[in-house]
Amino acid sequence: MGLLSDPVRRRALARLVLRLNAPLCVLSYVAGIAWFLALAFPPLTQRTYMSENAMGSTMVEEQFVGGDRARSFARDFAAYRRKSGALPVAWLERTMRSVGLEVYTQSFSRKLPFPDETHERYMVSGTNVYGILRAPRAASTESLVFTVPCGSDSTNSQAVGLLLALAAHFRGQIYWAKDIIFLVTEHDLLGTEAWLEAYHDVNVTGMQSSPLQGWAGAIQAAVALELSSDVVTSLDVAVEGLNGQLPNLDLLNLFQTFCQKGGLLCTLQGKLQPQDWTSLDGPLQGLQTLLLMVLQQASGRPHGPHGLFLRYRVEALTLRGINSFRQYKYDLVAVGKALEGMFRKLNHLLERLHQSFFLYLLPALSRFVSIGLYMPAAGFLLLVLGLKALELWMQLHEAGVGLEAGGGPGPSAPLPPAQGVGLASLVAPLLVSQAMGLALYILPVLGQHVATQHFPVGEAEAVVLTLLAIYVAGLALPHNTHRVVSTQAPDRGWMALKLVALIYLALQLGCIALTNFSLGFLLAATMVPAAALTEPHGPRPLYAALLVLTGPAATLLGSLFLWRELQEAPLSIAEGWQLFLAALAQGVLEHYTYGALLFPLLALGLYPCWLLFWNVLFWK
Amino acid sequence: MAAAMPLALVVLLLLGPGGPARAESPRDSLREELVITPLPSGDVAATFQFRIRWDSELQREGGLSVLLKADRLFHTRYHSQAVHIRPICRNARCTSISWELRQTLSVVFDAFITGQGKKDWSLFRMFSRTLTEPCPLASESRVYVDITNYSQDNETVEVNPPPTTTYEDVILGTRRTYAVYDLLDTAMINNSRNLNLQLKWKKPPENEAPPVPFLHAQRYVSGYGLQKGELSTLLYNTHPYRAFPVLLLDSVPWYLRLYVHTLTITSKGKENKPSYIHYQPAQDRLQPHLLEMLIQLPANSVTKVSIQFERALLKWTEYTPDPNHGFYISPSVLSALVPSMVAAKPVDWEGSPLFNTLFPVSDGSSYFVRLYTEPLLVNLPTPDFSMPYNVICLTCTVVAVCYGSFYNLLTRTFHIEEPSTGGLAKRLANLIRRARGVPPL
Repeated sequence: MGLLSDPVRRRALARLVLRLNAPLCVLSYVAGIAWFLALAFPPLTQRTYMSENAMGSTMVEEQFVGGDRARSFARDFAAYRRKSGALPVAWLERTMRSVGLEVYTQSFSRKLPFPDETHERYMVSGTNVYGILRAPRAASTESLVFTVPCGSDSTNSQAVGLLLALAAHFRGQIYWAKDIIFLVTEHDLLGTEAWLEAYHDVNVTGMQSSPLQGWAGAIQAAVALELSSDVVTSLDVAVEGLNGQLPNLDLLNLFQTFCQKGGLLCTLQGKLQPQDWTSLDGPLQGLQTLLLMVLQQASGRPHGPHGLFLRYRVEALTLRGINSFRQYKYDLVAVGKALEGMFRKLNHLLERLHQSFFLYLLPALSRFVSIGLYMPAAGFLLLVLGLKALELWMQLHEAGVGLEAGGGPGPSAPLPPAQGVGLASLVAPLLVSQAMGLALYILPVLGQHVATQHFPVGEAEAVVLTLLAIYVAGLALPHNTHRVVSTQAPDRGWMALKLVALIYLALQLGCIALTNFSLGFLLAATMVPAAALTEPHGPRPLYAALLVLTGPAATLLGSLFLWRELQEAPLSIAEGWQLFLAALAQGVLEHYTYGALLFPLLALGLYPCWLLFWNVLFWK
Repeated sequence: MAAAMPLALVVLLLLGPGGPARAESPRDSLREELVITPLPSGDVAATFQFRIRWDSELQREGGLSVLLKADRLFHTRYHSQAVHIRPICRNARCTSISWELRQTLSVVFDAFITGQGKKDWSLFRMFSRTLTEPCPLASESRVYVDITNYSQDNETVEVNPPPTTTYEDVILGTRRTYAVYDLLDTAMINNSRNLNLQLKWKKPPENEAPPVPFLHAQRYVSGYGLQKGELSTLLYNTHPYRAFPVLLLDSVPWYLRLYVHTLTITSKGKENKPSYIHYQPAQDRLQPHLLEMLIQLPANSVTKVSIQFERALLKWTEYTPDPNHGFYISPSVLSALVPSMVAAKPVDWEGSPLFNTLFPVSDGSSYFVRLYTEPLLVNLPTPDFSMPYNVICLTCTVVAVCYGSFYNLLTRTFHIEEPSTGGLAKRLANLIRRARGVPPL
């Protein structure tokens, strides 16, 4: 600190920062990206290991043999479901009661803000059925949840069958120390959200539901299962939850343990595990998985019903049975045994899962990158913004010095002009861009009925198109707002605005990177170069193109293409556009139905900030 | 039989406690009994009671105690044990006393596991033992089977062997019928060499809702996150037409800071004003919150009592060794006089079966019930105990190193102080130069 309080050395340092600013920025950006790409390579990835003592050394013996029973339950369930066209509540109640559970139902209804075209639903009402297996000689203070979501189509009936067969098997055992809740929800995640809100007696998303009748204490962990075939070739595990929250790594380790024990083939993001980490192939494959996870986590949408449990601090993950063209297939007994093992180990827990990591990235199922190792990547990117802001601040400083005090050593002089220019001219663009953001957040849903009356579009289309219209209108609007600026220092106006915008962006990205690294990193990687380069001089069209291509909307579009590319299902342009429109609608819907924060974050935070840079670019 | 029962009662009344003619109270007497009752949940409860009065050491084997086999008793959903010892006067002037030991063991068998999905039960299936002989020391050794709900239509259920006698009494406000098997009755055992009581359903019981008790309660924590929450207690009064008051006693640890102004009591959608509230606020680390309320429960209603709380931060030495397990909040205690369906007669404690003492009766029109709700598990904000050292060190260093200097840098401006060279001569020269109008040196 002595370095900075000594004016002579300070000036030298300032000169260094000013002179080497561009190379430093480039170096920092490249370092950030390189660090991120290096995350999949062995010194930075580590082997996962079980931290929780209660689940570590004690091996359990799985005895589940109810494969036939599961299949017959599944057949009955599918038949009843076809007959009634909805979840066969009465049949489920009867069956759960017959396997000895304490059964309750919960009905819920929800009117979505606008029709959901992907899932074809608008006014949703359904019924959740859950059965509680009470642990003997215990006081119902803790519980585990096994949940199966049922959508509108007749998938997942095998999962229901397996749930019932496992319930019947679990019911005959006496070693349970925690109650187990077997939950079948209707309408996928909407039902899960309704049940969770009712269980915790809160109302986060405006869901209308009947109060629950039965409780089973604090939920310690949850496992969701999606299974649509009698045999599976592999099990895929999903960890990313709402707003990028992740379950404790120990839960994933537990799943992996039982995959290995049962010889099951397990995948992450649909990708097989690389075996060889010493050569280049393994890490490269890991990098693909890592990128997929980053995209998935950045989207902030729950990657399965488990994602909604995380809000309530219930560690949860989703298992998906995949039936592909692979030769070797596993039947329901193998899956059931893995689940039985997991539940028995979770039953051993003395405390909530807390020992292992909550913030991590996964290049493979058995490898992880901890927060301490991936954070520098985001740090380097944000450093670019910091360096640029520092440069601007010093330039403003020196411009002030040059104007007011001539060559004299007047150190107190630069402050007043810098402030004077800043405040007056900054208010208008800041206000206008924030107002645009607010409009982007509120108007699409609010104005959907007006739009449908005046244009030949449906509600969902109206919302998406309004969204895009406001987004584009924002580009036209604000660069006419700086007429008030004094003419005496033409450069200082945009410099002050850019300074504010840089700091604003750096703060936002820093906060996002702390809570959802993937989103923060993705936005930083795209927005930082344009933000650093933008200025009203030089090749304006080039800058403008760069800004548009790295804006929030273009980032989303690019991410969609990258995502499908990594999944080895590349998109054509038209498909990509359709997917983009659907993703916009989904993003808005998920904000209203589950409380996902990506939409408000982009609309109220990053979009206005990005408009400020646009404003800088077209400064006259 | 019905005539014989009151007769026996009268005879025993004469020998009742406290009576003046109690001079020859039975010495070294042992009474044992087993009561088997169905529960609303569909499970079967078995309650053993052994009452011994002894002057000297007494050892016994046989009788009901052959059923007490540990591996079966721990295969159950619930068990509780109680031991009562009390002195009994041997004569009116109480010059010498006997001791009475009463042992109670209550076990709830999981009907689903023991009956393989059916509701049938037998002694052998529950205990893996049958009764072979009465205890040689026992003066009374009986098995009671609750057959209240089955006795109306004998087609649905069959108790085997058929009881020779039945016993009727008012228990918890309803009339119950018990089949009585007296092991001292030699015909009982000798017929088959062993007694394996069993109950069989002739046709499967329809899935009608089992009769629930008039008063029951549930409790849960609502809300999420580590800052706030809400304690909710649901009180159910299922009595079809009678409202009755309930005394609700809550003792909540100080680290949940209750907001008493958020206390809401609603029944049937309307606010329910308690007729009496006693609240003693908590003192940190000294005493818990105490909240006691008298609430009138309307007939056939659910009453929700909820109060919000904030989770306190504990000192880091105050956490338990397993802080992430959560902290237990003790159950609420509900005390109520629940109206009876059938008026109870005054009971003679000596003569009636031992299990009657488990259900005290205050007067004929109501009976006393004390319920404990489930305990709750609440997570408090918990630091990561593996890290405090690092965190404290790092934080202190950062604060110490950075804060002062940054504050300095942000609030002050720095001048370069030119060293005052020259001293007096220079000052003089400057004075002259100023007088001449020339800039100073």
